[in-house]
Amino acid sequence: MSNNKPLGQALREQGVSRRGFLKFCATTASLMALPPSMVPAIAKALESARRPSVIWLSFQECTGCTESLTRSHAPTLEGLIFDNISLDYHHTLQAASGDAAEAAREAAMEENKGNYLLVVDGSIPLGNPGYSTIAGISNLEMLKEVAEHAAAIIAVGTCAAYGGLPHANPNPTGAVSVEEIIKDKPIVNVPGCPPIPVVITGVLAHFLTFGKLPELDHLGRPLAFYGNNIHDRCYRRPFYDKGLFANTFDDEGARKGWCLFKLGCKGPVTYNACATIKWNDGTSFPIEAGHGCLGCSEPNFWDMGGFYNALSESTMNLSRTAAVGIAVGAAAGTASGLLNRRKKSKAEAAHETVSVKDLQREDKS
Amino acid sequence: MNSAEFLLWVRGPGLNIALVIFTIGMLIRLLEIFMLGRKQNLAELRANGVSAGLRTIFTRSTPADKNSMRRSMFTFVAGYGFHIGLFVVIFLLTPHIQLIQSLLGFGWPALPTPVVDLFTVIALISLMALLWRRLTHPVVRYLSTPQDYLVWAATFLPLLTGYMSYHHLWFPYSWLLGVHILSVEFLLILFPFTKLTHAFTLFISRWYTGMMAGEKGVAS
Amino acid sequence: MNSMQNSLKVEIGGYHTGNIPPLLHEIRHALRNLLDNGETTTIDLRSLPMAPGEQQQLLDILGKGEISVHLDALGKSEITESIYAGVWLIIHYNNNGEVMGKFIEITRVPAILKAQTADMEESLAALQMRLEEI
Repeated sequence: MSNNKPLGQALREQGVSRRGFLKFCATTASLMALPPSMVPAIAKALESARRPSVIWLSFQECTGCTESLTRSHAPTLEGLIFDNISLDYHHTLQAASGDAAEAAREAAMEENKGNYLLVVDGSIPLGNPGYSTIAGISNLEMLKEVAEHAAAIIAVGTCAAYGGLPHANPNPTGAVSVEEIIKDKPIVNVPGCPPIPVVITGVLAHFLTFGKLPELDHLGRPLAFYGNNIHDRCYRRPFYDKGLFANTFDDEGARKGWCLFKLGCKGPVTYNACATIKWNDGTSFPIEAGHGCLGCSEPNFWDMGGFYNALSESTMNLSRTAAVGIAVGAAAGTASGLLNRRKKSKAEAAHETVSVKDLQREDKS
Repeated sequence: MNSAEFLLWVRGPGLNIALVIFTIGMLIRLLEIFMLGRKQNLAELRANGVSAGLRTIFTRSTPADKNSMRRSMFTFVAGYGFHIGLFVVIFLLTPHIQLIQSLLGFGWPALPTPVVDLFTVIALISLMALLWRRLTHPVVRYLSTPQDYLVWAATFLPLLTGYMSYHHLWFPYSWLLGVHILSVEFLLILFPFTKLTHAFTLFISRWYTGMMAGEKGVAS
Repeated sequence: MNSMQNSLKVEIGGYHTGNIPPLLHEIRHALRNLLDNGETTTIDLRSLPMAPGEQQQLLDILGKGEISVHLDALGKSEITESIYAGVWLIIHYNNNGEVMGKFIEITRVPAILKAQTADMEESLAALQMRLEEI
């Protein structure tokens, strides 16, 4: 199934010229967000790289991540990335189904034991194994089985990386991320709803080129793509600093392209490559289209307190809380004040006039 | 707990708990003061105390006389620097106004972020200078209680973490923002139970002082 | 479409990330470096945040010079010398005509234009075979 020729040789056999290979290396470097000066090193590494076997498991997901990947404008997905990785199991894309598909997965696992790459999209339900199954096997069971002999795991999409939409409050299926189940394997999180296509292929390309996983941030994301803050890289940032904001989606500020912070933009807490790589062949990204960032590459982005509420606002109804506080405080304060007054008037009432006579009488007794 | 879960907690339950404690605590404090009552004034009023009371609320914010100002120049500069800085940072930064607007239903224009940033630095430097004085001046040091240091830290932390989050210093922004909000919640909870209440009671006592002096026909 | 454009007054332009002047400085330094030390530089345009219209602004400043080359290897590529000799714009497309990478290269001749040793060796063998057939 996976022919194990070095990539350079495989490409030449496909009739790809050295020029084509150089172009491939240059765009791969760009894809991995590596500086162009790395191209010779990448060319050298790719020349002898062997294509890894990839098993792709889809759990509680919407197939949006696969949609994103198949539209990636990497050196054409089918043409190169899939030629250069051996996608041995992907139940949405593969022709085989049922027993044949599961047999393919088991064969790939056996053949490449300890060396295959596991890609997961979708979260795993822990509430009831029956919530999501493939060929009668629960997601949890299949993940554990395939992960056991995987070289590394790539969690594609926010669902696989952090639980995503299924994990959103109240999380009816008890959905969790891959890293909450698998603790003993290197895991790369490639979050996003969906992730930027070239980011998915970029991570695959990194593994293909260097045979190891890229450097990660504190949430397990590759720093090359998730190292920068949307807010810091946003071309609308100068408007934030000047205090120029759009207050509605159709006011003067919105038309002039001012900052969308007040309209709920989560850019300040979102780390992703949207502001530089952009979407649809580098055409645009949500903020450029006039809508705030939803923060889709961050954990719990569905529960961030409303897409259209500013980041500095509470995720709960603060006014109601304040009203309760005021009501209770007013009652308690009044009660305490009245109690103090009663004490005071009691003390006043208990006050007796003392005369010299009284004191003398006391002396005698 | 990751940074997002932490941020979610401080923006939601954390902030609400702090706000409830703050409003209940402050209302009890203030109502107790208001309901305390004063002894009936049996003397004939020389003038209406209201205008004098109102005036005193503001005049006490300006330096009393050149002499005492010169004698305590340090406290004067650092004190004003800190209080003005704190006021600007709390009430004139866009995200803060946005929070207040979500709470009260109305807002006001903000200052440009770099200007607020400057005031943050002024407030931070002033606070550090005041702490240094508290630690080195023998009399002030003798008079200081643990609460003074606690309150200093509770005020300093929100400023510092806010400054760090804006400039993305040392830690991921999401964590910094979460810690910043948490430090404000800590401040809010401490507020009714420490000398921080002076932010409210100050104006009440100024009013009383000014009003009583006014009724007696003397300047306060 | 026209009426819609008239009713929707959306202002574009006027955005500045402020990235163009430093980028032009970087190109100037790179050109100096090429002249003095013979070192070439490549700048990946995808790694820089650009406001809408800013990239076009940059390309307009660089302009089109004397040479324009089309390459066909794993999709098309456009290699254009700017009006500044030694400053090249390279755009790689894939087979679907989508942009895969945009680079500015400061060099005498972009490396990808030179015939590659491996390709020449293969060509030599192919030519040899062709000659034997005759």
